[in-house]
Amino acid sequence: MTYTEKGQIHCPTATEDVMSKTRIYATSTEALADINDGATIMCGGFGGAGYPHNLISGLADRKVKGLTVVANNAGHEALFAYGGVRKVVCSYPLGPTSKGFLEVLDRGEAELELEPQGTLVERIRTAGAGLGGFLTQVGLGTELVAGKPLIDLDGKQYAVCKPIMADFALIKAWKADQAGNLIYRHAARNFNSVMAMAAPIVIVEVSEIIDGYLDPDSIHTSGAFVDRLVEVGK
Amino acid sequence: MKDGTDFNLWSMKEVGAKVAHDVQDSWMINVGVGLPQVAVEPLTNRGVTLHSENGIVGLGPSPAPGLEDPEVIDAGKGFATIVAGGSFIDSATSFVLIRGGRLDLALMGAYEVSIAGDLANWRLSGKKIAGIGGAADLAHGARRVWIITSLFANDGASKLVAHCRHPLTASGVVKRVYTEYGIFEPSGDAFTVIELARGVIASDLIEVGVPLSKI
Repeated sequence: MTYTEKGQIHCPTATEDVMSKTRIYATSTEALADINDGATIMCGGFGGAGYPHNLISGLADRKVKGLTVVANNAGHEALFAYGGVRKVVCSYPLGPTSKGFLEVLDRGEAELELEPQGTLVERIRTAGAGLGGFLTQVGLGTELVAGKPLIDLDGKQYAVCKPIMADFALIKAWKADQAGNLIYRHAARNFNSVMAMAAPIVIVEVSEIIDGYLDPDSIHTSGAFVDRLVEVGK
Repeated sequence: MKDGTDFNLWSMKEVGAKVAHDVQDSWMINVGVGLPQVAVEPLTNRGVTLHSENGIVGLGPSPAPGLEDPEVIDAGKGFATIVAGGSFIDSATSFVLIRGGRLDLALMGAYEVSIAGDLANWRLSGKKIAGIGGAADLAHGARRVWIITSLFANDGASKLVAHCRHPLTASGVVKRVYTEYGIFEPSGDAFTVIELARGVIASDLIEVGVPLSKI
């Protein structure tokens, strides 16, 4: 590595023969081809910020059914439109984009697992971290820990939270390089960088895939976690 | 309150100013969606850091028209800005900050607060579906939980209660409640009056069901 005069680390990597498992796909449809009925998917975003719209509509085009969708919100309108979702795991299933979910929920066609936002994201994080779960005091004394085992440790009570496993993570990033390294933009990072570490197959829609490589010091998610990239433009 | 009594309730803008007055300049604060937003303007240029649980440390004011960015939103999903010195963080880190005790204050709304400091602010009993969002994490994790609310619900019932009827967000966490009638603190067996708006008489509030301690 050499330092440029601006003080940034410059990493001259060969453009051929890069050590990367990341593959670049031409279309969302191709990148999603092996997501089948009954799959559990994580979906990044907080409301519309960082939400992988193109991947979700690509999934809807394939009419995949029986999905469990883990996300902060329940605004997966394209999937509800054809009854593709069996279960939603989220912290906030209300708001203008959740109409479709509330309708299928009302008809008994989907179920809801509600988690406090911090518990939700930590269950996702621990899944990716290879842990068996974690202990929290959030929600103690409320219905929010209903169904969770309670334990005493060093004189304090905790609820036991299990990791949330998924088959695929569908996320949105701003920039990617040829090795799958990712940078998110502004407050669109939210659940994306956590979910990028939490599923065995991570599929990323990205505004721009650059020809070379990003500054290694600027990377938010290492290409080590990224399996598939689709460039979707701004 | 009895009709014709000469009293002058605070406007919610004044309630926001009362809250801001009691905040220390160095605090990191999460301001909830809805009514608590009245405190944002009087907190501006005070040196406080606003936190938004979707991943902003140093939340700024709403953007000028034409400068809205769909990737800079606050926890209420409204367009926002970030101040100089601010940072974007991921959701896991954001809740590390909350649960880990870095947040000096969570300002929240309420359906009910009990004399024990229990907070109900996410789901009305009888309502099947509601969103919890970050409320339970904030109520548990912040070093202080202060509430901004109207003292009475739409049906006239006091929101300060002996026991909450609505499902709890967190138990025993509320330190202070700011209302248009005054400022109150749960003390275990009642609410202690910290300050009352001009002309408001504690015994009148007790008479209509507000569980204040008798002075």
